[in-house]
Amino acid sequence: MSKTSRRNFIKTAGALLGASLVMGLSSGMNSALAADTSTAAVNKTKLAVTDKTVKVGILHSATGTMAISETGSIQAEKLAIAQINAMGGILGRKIEVIQEDGASDWPTFAEKSRKLLVSDKVATVFGCWTSASRKAALPVFEKENGLLFYPTFYEGLEQSKNVFYTGQEATQQILAGLDWIAKEKKAKTYYLIGSDYIWPRTSMKIARKHIEQHLGGTVVGEEYAALGDTQFGSVINKIKLKKPDVIYAAVVGGSNVAWFKQLNAAGLNSKKQTLLTISVTEDEVLGIGGENLEGFYSAMKYFQSLKNPNNEKFVAEFKKMWGPKSVIGDVTQAAYLGPWLWKAAVERAGSFDVDKVAAALPGYELKTAPEGYVKVEKNHHLSSKLRVGKWRADGQADVVYESDLIMPDPFPKGYQ
Amino acid sequence: MFGYSMAEIGNIFVMQGFSGLSLFSVLLLMALGLAIIFGQMGVINMAHGEFMALGAYTTVLFSQLAVAFDLVNYYFVFAIIAAFIVAFVIGYLVEFGLIRHLYKRPLDTLLATWGLSLVMQQIFRSTFGAKEVSAELPAWLLGSFKPTEDIDIPINGVFVMGLAVVVTVGVLLFMFRSNWGLRVRATVQNRVMAGAVGINTKKVDRVTFALGCGIAGVAGAAFTTIASTGPTTGSLYIVDSFMVVVFGGAASVLGTIASAFGIAQAQSILQFFLTSSMGKVATLMTIVVILMMKPEGLFAAKLRK
Amino acid sequence: MNALTSKLLGGKQGLIGLVILSAIIFIALPLGLDLFRLGLVGKYLTYAFVAVSLVLLWGYGGILSLGQGIFFGLGGYCMAMFLKLEASDPVSTKIQTTPGIPDFMDWNQLTEIPWFWVPFQSLTLTILAVLIVPALFAYIIGYAMFKRRVGGVYFAIITQAIALILTILIVGQQGFTGGVNGITDLKTMLGWDIRDDSSKYILYYVNGLLLIGTILVCRYIITSKFGMLLLAMRDKEERVRFSGYDVSNFKIFIFCVAALISAIGGAMFTLQVGFMSPSFIGIVPSIEMVIFAAVGGRMSLIGAIYGALLVNFGRTMFSETYPELWLFLMGGLFIAVVMFFPNGLAGLYEKYAKKYRLAERMQKIFSSGKPAKADAEATPTKTTGAKA
Repeated sequence: MSKTSRRNFIKTAGALLGASLVMGLSSGMNSALAADTSTAAVNKTKLAVTDKTVKVGILHSATGTMAISETGSIQAEKLAIAQINAMGGILGRKIEVIQEDGASDWPTFAEKSRKLLVSDKVATVFGCWTSASRKAALPVFEKENGLLFYPTFYEGLEQSKNVFYTGQEATQQILAGLDWIAKEKKAKTYYLIGSDYIWPRTSMKIARKHIEQHLGGTVVGEEYAALGDTQFGSVINKIKLKKPDVIYAAVVGGSNVAWFKQLNAAGLNSKKQTLLTISVTEDEVLGIGGENLEGFYSAMKYFQSLKNPNNEKFVAEFKKMWGPKSVIGDVTQAAYLGPWLWKAAVERAGSFDVDKVAAALPGYELKTAPEGYVKVEKNHHLSSKLRVGKWRADGQADVVYESDLIMPDPFPKGYQ
Repeated sequence: MFGYSMAEIGNIFVMQGFSGLSLFSVLLLMALGLAIIFGQMGVINMAHGEFMALGAYTTVLFSQLAVAFDLVNYYFVFAIIAAFIVAFVIGYLVEFGLIRHLYKRPLDTLLATWGLSLVMQQIFRSTFGAKEVSAELPAWLLGSFKPTEDIDIPINGVFVMGLAVVVTVGVLLFMFRSNWGLRVRATVQNRVMAGAVGINTKKVDRVTFALGCGIAGVAGAAFTTIASTGPTTGSLYIVDSFMVVVFGGAASVLGTIASAFGIAQAQSILQFFLTSSMGKVATLMTIVVILMMKPEGLFAAKLRK
Repeated sequence: MNALTSKLLGGKQGLIGLVILSAIIFIALPLGLDLFRLGLVGKYLTYAFVAVSLVLLWGYGGILSLGQGIFFGLGGYCMAMFLKLEASDPVSTKIQTTPGIPDFMDWNQLTEIPWFWVPFQSLTLTILAVLIVPALFAYIIGYAMFKRRVGGVYFAIITQAIALILTILIVGQQGFTGGVNGITDLKTMLGWDIRDDSSKYILYYVNGLLLIGTILVCRYIITSKFGMLLLAMRDKEERVRFSGYDVSNFKIFIFCVAALISAIGGAMFTLQVGFMSPSFIGIVPSIEMVIFAAVGGRMSLIGAIYGALLVNFGRTMFSETYPELWLFLMGGLFIAVVMFFPNGLAGLYEKYAKKYRLAERMQKIFSSGKPAKADAEATPTKTTGAKA
């Protein structure tokens, strides 16, 4: 069977089977049924695969300062794995999860990655959240030839044969959003503000180049606040002096709450000021409070309020598993894709071996993702759409713009 | 500064002055409790930040109650009082169980209170969850006050400032006009003599420590109007509070006030002209350098160890 | 035994302690653990350097530094800069705009290596930098503070503030430092792959040897006249001053030595773990390193190593099984050590040993005619607990 025809076959078969399956994400399963699925055949690299089970790792921070953010990812990955197991698992094997705690500490991520790969021999790992933790763990994955699905939107400038990036890289998240706001609000002047670390700095660098070279706008100020800083009085005054058309923000963590509260208290609410942020998802809104965000915009690939059948099902299942009060942000959805993509890749490869799985995944199209259609590209990132959401007081966003499918470009020419 | 009209510069000047004052009141509230404790017994309370978080969580709980009973506009004052009481009581117990055994060993107190802060953080996390929470603020605390069209004075800033004034005046009255204050000052100046004339210095210590913690609780309550509260919120404030106390010179409430003012204005102005994080670095560095030259702080009490 | 070796080995008891420790580090652990766990031990042992330095500084000198992470970090960064430059050869960085410079510099529009990175192209200069830079930095801080008689709680807080400043600076200047991610993806040292299984063993043993060497040097220091002066200074500073000694010089010296030891630990950390980041410099790691020393016993050099091993093992074990409980335990440990066991493990051992007259029995076994001098480090002075 040629690649295309096999894919078509899979698609048709998948569509037929879909109705009877929990999520209908099983394309490729039947192709595997025909092939040799004995443990000796699907596991030539001594992974923790038996006739009945396959072990995978989840590596996020369950404790420490990052626990706030990473909990959603853990929940999404567990949900996806539970659903896959309910459908019969992968190549007839149930997924067993070994969960390790990165404890918000970067060397711990490296250490636990090594444990998962060397001691536990897991077939894949879903994990890491901050760039720092990924950077710490990456050499381990490359050395031990492990497989990592990384969910967070991040700064790009990286491409590893051992990592699949299910979140957006910086240009995917930034360019279309800026284009939209420049057109929609006829914005000419921009004020960039972020927390002081690599993701905001790289993002702002790309944003500045785009504003200056492609949008004909000017950047009237660029500002970074120390991580955890809660005093924005002086920055806000600077913004008031410069009167930018748009504030472009990438403030994270506890600072985020202080930033929006103080912005509002200083009279800069959405009636007087346009603000586009790339660091606020539904998760963050819980802490910031919807009333402080109302009318501001976020650029993300996913919002919980997206209207499509995949998403409605996903949201319902998520709330069923983790409680009606739980919210789903961009990263949580991206984390949910990880297990499904891995499942598809294993079934395409007919093997759990990392090299074969990694080779099988590029080119795969996932049509049942809550965010809609995504495609795994050769550079291990996903093609996806960008949405701009306008926040409501109740902590949900109205999607006001949806881009075309954007190719991932982790090493953007002209933006470095 | 060029290309702006005089009026614009004037407006910014007013607002910048205000944000300096606002930072001043925040620093003052943070440091006051710490200063009282340090001045009284030479103990640095590393768990000070957690007592602030305690006050903040108390306020958040009150706000949830208030939402349930539709009393959002009124609860805040009671929340502040409750925050004080809760932090005071816990502080009293901590002094009794822990601090009083370590008075002769200031460096060990540092470690023990750090341990206490870890324990308190985990208690917060187990009780309230890892996510940051915010208090539902009454409408009168939101938005800004506009003396002219182009000037916005944040109301929460004014509120924190007012609270800082009230607390400071309260502390000064307590220290200089009450019987308790007299005993506290006597103990600071000469513990042995104070004991000899019949002052129960141990009790004075305990009340002072609890009072310092109570003020931290009030500070925490005030901060819910500016930022959110998480299990590790306290650790964000701790170095700032230390610097204010040490810079002001221990054992002097007035020194603490002056030092909070100086640091706040310096940081606010530096952050305006430099970037935010470099402004912070520049401020801290200046303090460290000045402290190296004048180790007893700006306004050291005239005491020799 | 001549006087010098006896000093270094710390008498009979000290010798036994050293032999047991060496047996554990060099024989028992490598035999008993798989490479993954042994790698963890190697990492813990780099923290042990800092713990040992704190015994010297805090236990003997009475100076509590809450900023030892500064020196651990500086040492680690020096080594990381060298390894990063070697990892950034033009071939493996050809995807960059400017090949041949570290990746994070390229992302931050740097087109050439900044001047202060240039010396780190040479291993010799790097090793010199590991030894000199942190000590020099300590000298500057120490000179400014001790000459003006800053001490006690003030010193602790100021070192803490410096740790914070350095963290913010490193995070803020990411084009030069790698920012919050730190310097990552280190591969080889002069072509020798530091990630191989065999090199991991080699680095582990080198680390162990350096640690034992450090202990010998520290023992030499504390048993010398200088060590006596340190204790005297800690307990009655004014008296030492009135006896005509320049107290501040001694303090500066011991602070520099402690910085140097921490820096060696940092450099070994980078080599074994394969990266360095600002998260080892800040307030939290710095104060945690104090607890390693406190658990081991603030007067015991060997105890500090056990302290570092135990606390870190505890952390790894707990975070694998009950992550929720870890902070309670760690917090409880701080409080318990200060309140009930001010002399830590070494204190407990001492108590136990005295009770059963173990020391005497040991003496008989190893008797060489001369009565063994009481080991300075295993015999804390009476005031240890009350005053530090």
